[in-house]
Amino acid sequence: MTFQRKHILGLEELTAEEITLVLDTAESMKEVSERDVKKVPALRGVTVCNLFYEPSTRTRSSFEIAEKRLSADVLNFTLSHSSVTKGETLLDTARNLEAMGAGVIVIRHPMSGAPWLLAKELDSSIINAGDGSHEHPSQALLDLFTIREIKGRIKGLKVVIVGDILHSRVARSNIWGLVKLGAEVRVVGPPTLIPKYIENAKVRTFYNLDDAIEGADVIIMLRIQMERQESAYFPSLREYSRFYGLTREKLKRASEDVTVMHPGPINRGIELSSDIADDAGSVILAQVSNGIAVRMAMFYLVASAGRNV
Amino acid sequence: MSILIKGGRIIDPSQGIDETGNILIEDGVVKSYPKTTKKFEKDPDVTVINAKGKVVSPGFVDIHVHLREPGFEHKETIRSGCESAAAGGFTSIVCMPNTNPVNDNASVTEYILLKARTEGIVNVFPIGAITKGEMGETLAQIGEMYEAGCVGVSDDGMPVMNAKVMRHAMEYVQAFDIPVISHAEDKDLSGAGVMNEGVVSTELGLAGIPCASEDVMVSRDITVAELTGARLHICHVSTAGSVRLIRAAKKRGVKVTAEVTPHHFILTDEAVGQYDTNAKMNPPLRGDKDREAILVGLKDGTLDAIATDHAPHSEDEKKVEFDLAPFGIVGLETALPLSLKLVQDGVLTINQMISKLTDAPSGILNLNKGTLKIGAAADVAVWDPEKEITVDRERFHSKAKNSPFHGWKLHGSVLYTIVNGEVVYSA
Amino acid sequence: MAENVLMDSETIDRTIVRITSEILEKNKGAKELVVIGIRTRGVHIAERIVNRIEKLEGIRPPMGTLDITLYRDDLRRKTEWPKVERTEIPFSVEEKEVILVDDVVYTGRTTRAALEEIMDFGRPSSIQLAAMVDRGHRELPIQPDYVGIKVNTLSSEEVRVHLKETDGNDGVIVLQG
Repeated sequence: MTFQRKHILGLEELTAEEITLVLDTAESMKEVSERDVKKVPALRGVTVCNLFYEPSTRTRSSFEIAEKRLSADVLNFTLSHSSVTKGETLLDTARNLEAMGAGVIVIRHPMSGAPWLLAKELDSSIINAGDGSHEHPSQALLDLFTIREIKGRIKGLKVVIVGDILHSRVARSNIWGLVKLGAEVRVVGPPTLIPKYIENAKVRTFYNLDDAIEGADVIIMLRIQMERQESAYFPSLREYSRFYGLTREKLKRASEDVTVMHPGPINRGIELSSDIADDAGSVILAQVSNGIAVRMAMFYLVASAGRNV
Repeated sequence: MSILIKGGRIIDPSQGIDETGNILIEDGVVKSYPKTTKKFEKDPDVTVINAKGKVVSPGFVDIHVHLREPGFEHKETIRSGCESAAAGGFTSIVCMPNTNPVNDNASVTEYILLKARTEGIVNVFPIGAITKGEMGETLAQIGEMYEAGCVGVSDDGMPVMNAKVMRHAMEYVQAFDIPVISHAEDKDLSGAGVMNEGVVSTELGLAGIPCASEDVMVSRDITVAELTGARLHICHVSTAGSVRLIRAAKKRGVKVTAEVTPHHFILTDEAVGQYDTNAKMNPPLRGDKDREAILVGLKDGTLDAIATDHAPHSEDEKKVEFDLAPFGIVGLETALPLSLKLVQDGVLTINQMISKLTDAPSGILNLNKGTLKIGAAADVAVWDPEKEITVDRERFHSKAKNSPFHGWKLHGSVLYTIVNGEVVYSA
Repeated sequence: MAENVLMDSETIDRTIVRITSEILEKNKGAKELVVIGIRTRGVHIAERIVNRIEKLEGIRPPMGTLDITLYRDDLRRKTEWPKVERTEIPFSVEEKEVILVDDVVYTGRTTRAALEEIMDFGRPSSIQLAAMVDRGHRELPIQPDYVGIKVNTLSSEEVRVHLKETDGNDGVIVLQG
């Protein structure tokens, strides 16, 4: 099959075949990253703009390295969170970047749906680098890639996603991707942070971490945002950690070769006890390097489908 | 100058009329229902409108419109809003007070009415604010606004969260026999919500407004209305819970009325699709069960009137992130064909539908409109219930184009709108 | 579509033998050789050459595969981009005699892409090109060092190298367009 999409906005709209093609292409891209000269000319002459409305050095750096390894010209445009509501509109900003020749716009935005607005109104290819509480396709694809690399498959795996499902774009993208590729997905967290309608996405919901972890092959820990405590979603981080933090003891219920993943950065002692964080370290680093390969694959596929890039 | 509307199907629920006949309009009022028309047709001073095969009804009455003037003239003006109304068959519209400045005192009311007299082509009735600046704290100049011409009070869009303030408002308005009109929403429960809380909001990662946020407030307002004996009108009902609460309240004799918008009886939250800001309004489009309950409520009379909540916004304001887009859609020019769907789907008879657009809303606010009684002001709509149309926002008379129905194929087209005996719109 | 057979299975075998001998002759044995095949069919021809070298010399030179997709100069014009496969060169090319193997040499653009890619892996002593068919119509100043068969073709014709590994049988055919 060939990739027909001009944009990669989310995993909800990708088919299992398309997701698999991204992962396969990322395998080839990973080889490029292992060379001495980590650069190929595929996107020579293409200008890629990283339009970030949230300060995310990690994600932005990963995209930037991926762009540079494909020989694209890179334009970084980082705006403060407050500029979303003040000053120039998103569309005006993006149109300016397009006028500067950006063929691909990578957008990170605190509001759900922002990349869809650009995809509808602009000619450039749009890659979603995280929108509000909605999707974070590159993170989910690199998680899928890493799981496939470690486990050799995704189909049939029991994957547990732990934490703030309500506000998590990583959770949503992972749920859609994992379910499409045949994994059995469970979500667990405090009831205030588990939207009851999420079951519509064919996942099972739990409020008790021990029950959810039973027999798990993969556990994806979500980062907990401190400000949720202030808006009465749970009483305190201490209490959150007590019920939903992963400890060696709790992990005993999981499958013997369970893989613990975290999109980073970790709140040590809150989502993960320190010793588990250390153990999970190697997987987390693999996620980081796989992230570059996956993003290279996204660029290659989008550029190949977008005619005017 | 006289107008003869000849050979149409005259439907006037206020008189229980549904018959083919003629209407003669003279000096701005309904003069007679002549049996023969020959002598008028020969009279050069009589304009003849051939309405054969068309419906002739009282002009429609919309008790929930945002005209945006003063303050937001880039969205709509009294002039453009009236033109939009006329194009939709509306001859009387009631405008909400959330202008800038807020219509919370008689001078703003007078300004609106002056503008309406000089620039408006349909009858305009203002609603005053319940509280100063719609801030929910102290009562607005309700008595003076009533004297100046306000027909009801509402803090539409900014619900009065303080129950005691609401109680005082409901007590106070009884001196003037006007209703309190409630946009029923618990702002705390709604939080940062931008659409209905449900499967779609969960998938789109958008903060949801639960149905409970409406139900809680409808319940409170009914309770306070019961306490005070005030007339309460519930705006734009969107939930099954509201329908149930209002039905029960009516049954026990609470003086409560309710309206529903065409978008709430036609659409569900699926219409948000891929973040379509033209499907963002408050209350939000709800789920299937709510829509079904609303249809039942329309049928059994729990929901008295159809009102559009015409809420114009400029295109630039809507072409932004979903979270940032303002709530609201235009409705005046799509109300008739959308309401006719209720007739096509067997929810209402055509007479019931017309009633909910004419005498029923007029009665809620004592407007004395929505009738073709002899001697009444000649506010008439002549329309074709069969004609297929394609909704085209570029052809709206409103300044705003924010409609989720753009491109829809519907049946029902307004041919003539007559206000006080003057043709103000013809197709 | 008319079909003209240029080489049959036996001819291909003999050609591999001859090309291998030429390679060994020119490079004075196999000591500094590495062989890199261009995906897809170049890889299988390279494999046969490596096998032959092993048989003759008793040493098996390192073998790599090259996917030149990311180095193509026509990506910007194509409406559909090819799927990227893995390049695998699990050895150093520094100071090596690189034998680059392809099935057909035509415009020379694939070879150019392959040269650029190999150079990104290091600085070989030399890169030599072996091809089963040279069908002419070069658009770049590139010439193969070892050729199975040189044939004059029309641009409208198509030259196909069939190999057991990918096509079930060996043979070179020309299809008239």
